[in-house]
Amino acid sequence: MREFRYSRGPTGSVGERNVSANQPALIEIEGLTKRFGSFTAVDDVSFRVAKGEVLGFLGPNGAGKSTTMRMLAGFMIPTAGTARICGHDVQTDPVAARRMLGFLPEGAPTYPEMTVTAFLRFCAKIRGFRSTELDRRVDRALGLTRLEGVRLQPVETLSKGFKRRVGLAQALLHDPPVLVLDEPTDGLDPNQKHEVRTLIQQMRPEKAIVISTHILEEVDAVCSRAIVIAAGRVVADATPADLCCLHPSGKLEDVFRQLTMDASREPPQKDAA
Amino acid sequence: MRNIGIIAGRELAAYFATPVASVFIVIFLVLQGTLTFNLGNFFDRGQADLSPFFSFVPWVFLLLIPAITMRLWAEERRQGTIELLLTLPITQTEAVLGKFLAAWAFCAIALALTFPFVITINLLGHPDNGVVASGYVGSLLVAGAFLSIGSALSAATKNQVIAFVLAVAVCFVFAVASYPVVTEFLSRNTPVLADIARRIAVLERFQDFTRGVVSLRDLIFFATFIGFWLFLNTVLVEQRKAD
Repeated sequence: MREFRYSRGPTGSVGERNVSANQPALIEIEGLTKRFGSFTAVDDVSFRVAKGEVLGFLGPNGAGKSTTMRMLAGFMIPTAGTARICGHDVQTDPVAARRMLGFLPEGAPTYPEMTVTAFLRFCAKIRGFRSTELDRRVDRALGLTRLEGVRLQPVETLSKGFKRRVGLAQALLHDPPVLVLDEPTDGLDPNQKHEVRTLIQQMRPEKAIVISTHILEEVDAVCSRAIVIAAGRVVADATPADLCCLHPSGKLEDVFRQLTMDASREPPQKDAA
Repeated sequence: MRNIGIIAGRELAAYFATPVASVFIVIFLVLQGTLTFNLGNFFDRGQADLSPFFSFVPWVFLLLIPAITMRLWAEERRQGTIELLLTLPITQTEAVLGKFLAAWAFCAIALALTFPFVITINLLGHPDNGVVASGYVGSLLVAGAFLSIGSALSAATKNQVIAFVLAVAVCFVFAVASYPVVTEFLSRNTPVLADIARRIAVLERFQDFTRGVVSLRDLIFFATFIGFWLFLNTVLVEQRKAD
């Protein structure tokens, strides 16, 4: 495993790592490994995310992003290693860990026959909110994700972008200290993307946020730190600005290609472009 | 405990938000009515009781209950909502119990809608309503037993058709385990199994209820039976949720 932790380079990007240097790590991942038969989807991934950080989780399709996030949310059982959310182990103390977590699963699944409000009220009830507090939480989540206009529509009648925002609203209901969002802006139009990014920026000081994406401009726009994962391994862990310095062109796109192509070339493969 | 109620409430609402509820209830009532009146000679018997009605209940359940349970977990997996449900701060057991109780309550509603039968026999004669009541309790317990089997099998596969066929087959085995065909065959070859088969047979226990006998032994049997399958259900969900 190679990690890049440079401190040189231009620092014009959104965040610097030292902002959160003294903050406690709310997400701790240690040696997380997942094997499906002989295939290793995630291979000994370790990192920490502190309060105030927005970690962009990058990698090509099938690199192990969603698998890592599923294990972090306690949905998938790791083959080895573990993860802690606010100090609660997701294996041994899963309910306490999940209380601290807002999770947007891949594809933002929701119950199609429920209305937006009914769905959010269900999640809020499970999160332990009652009566006026429940109404307040649901209204706030609807407001944050701009869903007021469709609150009484069944989820199945909504467009892809709205569905994604319903999933996001569900993750924000309880104002959790840890947010894990699997492709939060996938399927949104440019305006909606901008809104979600602004929202993430606003929440950033109070939370530890992990977002997975393969939109590289998003990393520059919202992330204070980026981890590139390829073939299940962490190949880079640095600020977006420092990442850009890894390639002569200074473009994140080129860096991404260089890093992930290298990693996928390690096992014998026929095309090595 | 509260979480179980919230999950069960959501599930039950989902039955009625989709055509599942109306189709199931209508087919159940039509089947029960036709079978009781035509095959069961409800009027010709000249007796004010519901024994023809109850004799068909397990068979109608055998066909219809797997249709409810096949989607319980398989559907969650297909929609990906299982990932959402199981990353909420609830335990797996709460999710399993919530879904099971919702399905059971739904069957109770369908059974309750057969009340015209009870009114009919009370208008036509003087039935022993205690026997009728125990027959309903027995029907509900058979529904619970079949639901727990179907729910566990639904958690074992992603494919709803497989879940349905498996559930019908397994429910059938447990239904007829005490039939002479089965026990005679078994006692000829393996007498030990014949004895076990008689003890685990669901229909044999149900017959006690339709005769008006509610015994503690039968209640414990159903509680153990349902408990076993729900435990298996929890294990299967834990093992296969992310597949």
